[in-house]
Amino acid sequence: MILFVLTILPFLAAGALAACARAGRGVQFAIAIGTSVAGFVLLAAAAPTVLAGTVIVNRIAWIPAIGLDLGLWLDPLGLLFAGLILGIGSLVTVYAQGYLAKDEATGRFLACLMLFQGAMVGIALSNNVLLMLLFWEMTSLSSFLLIGFWRDRADARQGARMALAVTGGGGLALIAGLLLLGQAAGSYELATILMRADIVQASPLYPAILLLVLLGAFTKSAQFPFHFWLPHAMAAPTPVSAYLHSATMVKAGVFLLARLWPVLAGSDYWFYLVTTTGLVTMLFGAGVALFRHDLKAILAYSTISQLGLMVMLLGFGTGAAATAALFHMLNHAAFKAALFMNAGIVDHETGTRDLRRLGGLAALMPVTATFGTLAAAAMAGLPPLGGFISKEMMLEESAHIAFAGQALLVPVLATLAATLSVAYSLRYALALFCGPTRTGAVARPHDPGLAMLGPPVVLVAIAILLGLLPMTIAGPLVTAAGGAVTGGTAPVLHLALWHGVNPALAMSITAVVAGALLLWRHRALAAILPAGGLPDAKRMFDATMAAVVTHVRRAMLAVHVASLQRYLFMLFAVAVLLGIDGTMTPGGMATGTRTTLPASPVAIVAWFALIAATLAVVVAHRHRFLVLVFISVIGLVMALLFVRLSAPDLALTQIAVEVVTILLLLLALHLLPKTPRRLSGTPRRLRDGALGIVAGIGTGWTAWAIMTRPVRDSVSAYHWANSYSGGGGTNVVNVTLVDFRAFDTMGEIIVLGIAGLAIYALLEPAARGAAGRRLRAWRKDMPHSPERHPMMFVMATRLLLPLGLLVGIYIFLRGHNQPGGGFVAALLFAIAILLQYLASGFDWTDERRRIGEHPLIASGVLIAVATGLGSLAFGAPFLSSSFGYFHLPLIGEFELATAMLFDTGVACVVMGAVMMALQQLSHVAQRAARASDRHDEDAA
Amino acid sequence: MMSLEFLIASAIGVLTAGGVYLALRGRTFQVVLGLTLLSYAVNLFLFAIGRLVVDRPPLFAKGVTDHADPLPQALVLTAIVITFGMTALVVVLSLRSFLESGSDQVDGIADGRDEGDAA
Repeated sequence: MILFVLTILPFLAAGALAACARAGRGVQFAIAIGTSVAGFVLLAAAAPTVLAGTVIVNRIAWIPAIGLDLGLWLDPLGLLFAGLILGIGSLVTVYAQGYLAKDEATGRFLACLMLFQGAMVGIALSNNVLLMLLFWEMTSLSSFLLIGFWRDRADARQGARMALAVTGGGGLALIAGLLLLGQAAGSYELATILMRADIVQASPLYPAILLLVLLGAFTKSAQFPFHFWLPHAMAAPTPVSAYLHSATMVKAGVFLLARLWPVLAGSDYWFYLVTTTGLVTMLFGAGVALFRHDLKAILAYSTISQLGLMVMLLGFGTGAAATAALFHMLNHAAFKAALFMNAGIVDHETGTRDLRRLGGLAALMPVTATFGTLAAAAMAGLPPLGGFISKEMMLEESAHIAFAGQALLVPVLATLAATLSVAYSLRYALALFCGPTRTGAVARPHDPGLAMLGPPVVLVAIAILLGLLPMTIAGPLVTAAGGAVTGGTAPVLHLALWHGVNPALAMSITAVVAGALLLWRHRALAAILPAGGLPDAKRMFDATMAAVVTHVRRAMLAVHVASLQRYLFMLFAVAVLLGIDGTMTPGGMATGTRTTLPASPVAIVAWFALIAATLAVVVAHRHRFLVLVFISVIGLVMALLFVRLSAPDLALTQIAVEVVTILLLLLALHLLPKTPRRLSGTPRRLRDGALGIVAGIGTGWTAWAIMTRPVRDSVSAYHWANSYSGGGGTNVVNVTLVDFRAFDTMGEIIVLGIAGLAIYALLEPAARGAAGRRLRAWRKDMPHSPERHPMMFVMATRLLLPLGLLVGIYIFLRGHNQPGGGFVAALLFAIAILLQYLASGFDWTDERRRIGEHPLIASGVLIAVATGLGSLAFGAPFLSSSFGYFHLPLIGEFELATAMLFDTGVACVVMGAVMMALQQLSHVAQRAARASDRHDEDAA
Repeated sequence: MMSLEFLIASAIGVLTAGGVYLALRGRTFQVVLGLTLLSYAVNLFLFAIGRLVVDRPPLFAKGVTDHADPLPQALVLTAIVITFGMTALVVVLSLRSFLESGSDQVDGIADGRDEGDAA
């Protein structure tokens, strides 16, 4: 359970922070710091078990059918990474308390930070690649939100968008890659996948898997040529840069490479792709960092370079190199987070991050200068700091690597990169803290308070200890993590400052000397560089995005013509073609053997009426009022047909729906054109007619073929057999609706409710804008009856109202055992009330209405859901029903079923949706009619 | 002799043909009419899947084995209601778009030449 607690804790904190966005800063920081520290302590408590060799596994089945488990595990690699996330997270939240100004939206900031922390812990602990993908996407999103934290700044918004586009795009590739990997390995569980290297690497999918996974990892870890988003992400507040964009999130790509190392590494593909990318990134980043002037830009490019170093080490494919990468991950997190905090302090105190406007700060800010210099020394890889050891390991490993047969290529380039990193690290410290005093915008900057100084000092202390006591501090963890990465037994690891005189030492000394020389001639070097410098990645990115948008728009316009006719024609034509294809099955469409029923003369007459009415609708479709008469003939014949064919429930529903549908169409027609001009020419009508006839013959013939065949093994038998004994009702149709298939019905009423609300949303604002102008300009285009509310009609409908409601209640109550039920009852209620609108007018009725449609729909859905949940309380599955027979004096024996409660919900929603549609339509019509009357008065 | 099955099958066919033809017309109201006809056809088709049975409604009684199939009936019942919901939404959608644009055409050539009809 501990792993679930670890993962969920930050998300809970994020929720709590969002909820108390108006609470004081103190409370908010207490939540965030408390959560991070608590997570770190929990993890530390689990550490001894994991380091002793036990992998902690927690699992809950989620969607087993697609291999998705909520599976978490904690192995040494996960422990290392999660430790980084929670440890640095604790320090960063403390630092942020000093960094963020009093008037900033701390609640939002910390909520996003916690969201990020939870997602990162999730990545570290996921034992299921699908789950890991979820968390991976979440980190991209939270990074987007945090980079764009200062919403009012254009560079923040653009940087956030760029980061999201690049890392999100990589995330898409990763989704594909991990899905393929799961398919190739036959499991989505990481622990299983990691043991199937031979199967995966033998799979023809392997190159594709590798490429896609690498795309995901490289974009996340800002590897060349996807590095450009990281410098732009520096628009984020500095705690975010320290946490996400140096210590943890950008390392997620490195972590992924390490995580999948056992299954993906070892091939030539892996070696050349990963090593080359890492090497190029390392050199490129270090080279650019040397010539930047913005403190955070220097740190960003150096981060890119150091990430390249780790990627390169993982690319080597040897266990020792992979272990070195992990140790460097730890070192880098310590010194780079400290350096970012250092840059943040300088920025905070002097108001600038431009190296050319700063200098000699050692005298003014002694503490800041001391730890900043120490951290820079660690970054340069000077002894006796942790950075020295991991750099030595890197040089040592690269000395053994032959790249495409060249034994010298990698060691020389690695030394060059080390030289550059010495140069930019020294430049950072020397230019900032030594030399003539330049203090930017502020006269006398000074060391900040404890909140901002404490965390980086702790980090620098760790960086020193990692150098002095490496085996004590990191030995067991890195050894175990290295063992987890290489899959086999842990390589013999001996971390120490002094390894004797070896090639690595020589390379290291060369790098320091050359680096110092480079820095000495820095000004001259900078002058040699072309004035424009590197091509502007942002401009290229923007141009690419603009081109993509243009092309997509063009493609969309080519496909998306604003013609419904074309889409529908395609739809019907494809359906017909599929049908024709289906008839090719031998014997499939022949007339079956089931005995047919004789048609009575009445049936034949009804059939003629239906056919004639349908043809009349088609022929006279431009005479719209007339057509409504024919439509209602069809509806009536349908209802009769249901009566004849043993479907009383359907007959009741059909006739009720028919009434409201015709009312609806009448109301709409009130405002629509009545007899519009013909649009399509004869060829088109012939073409559509032909398609219609083919479709008609196809469906008709299919129906015939089905009806003349006997039923085989219908599931209906179950419904019939269990209706009375299990559902407590004899009307099997109703029991099916409210019991057996109640979940379907619930979905349906929700859809109906949404339709009702959508109608409201469409018609309520119709009084504004262009629609409102047209409504106000509307003139009566039909003769109206001089008597608005005929007395006979009014009196008759008012008398009918209680009777109608009574019939509705009766139909509702008997529904479980006799034809009827919630659907029909609701329609009857609606019709009874709609009659009042018709007879007595909109205003009269609307004034007397007590319950609005919105509450009806909402309460209906709630009643239905509550009924369903109620069964959970009794330990039965969702929406199980229960019933019993009760005896009341005078009334006698009667039945009560929870299904009736559900049916009440159904009735409420149906009534609400029907009333909503008609009431809103008549409201609009009413407005138009008033406007028309005003025009007449004005004219008179 | 004409069978009930034939009547139903041919009715489904005619309703479908009319529905497809009308749905392909260029104005909203015709499309709505077409969808209405198609809905009748689809509901009838679904119903027919349960085969035709006369005078034996699906009301449970002990020992009765010969009865109409309740399941297609339940499906069609919800289909009838949801058809109303769909029709209402489409009608309102077409009304709003007519009010908004002054045209009730869906053929993509809304050039406003029918302003005269709208008045």
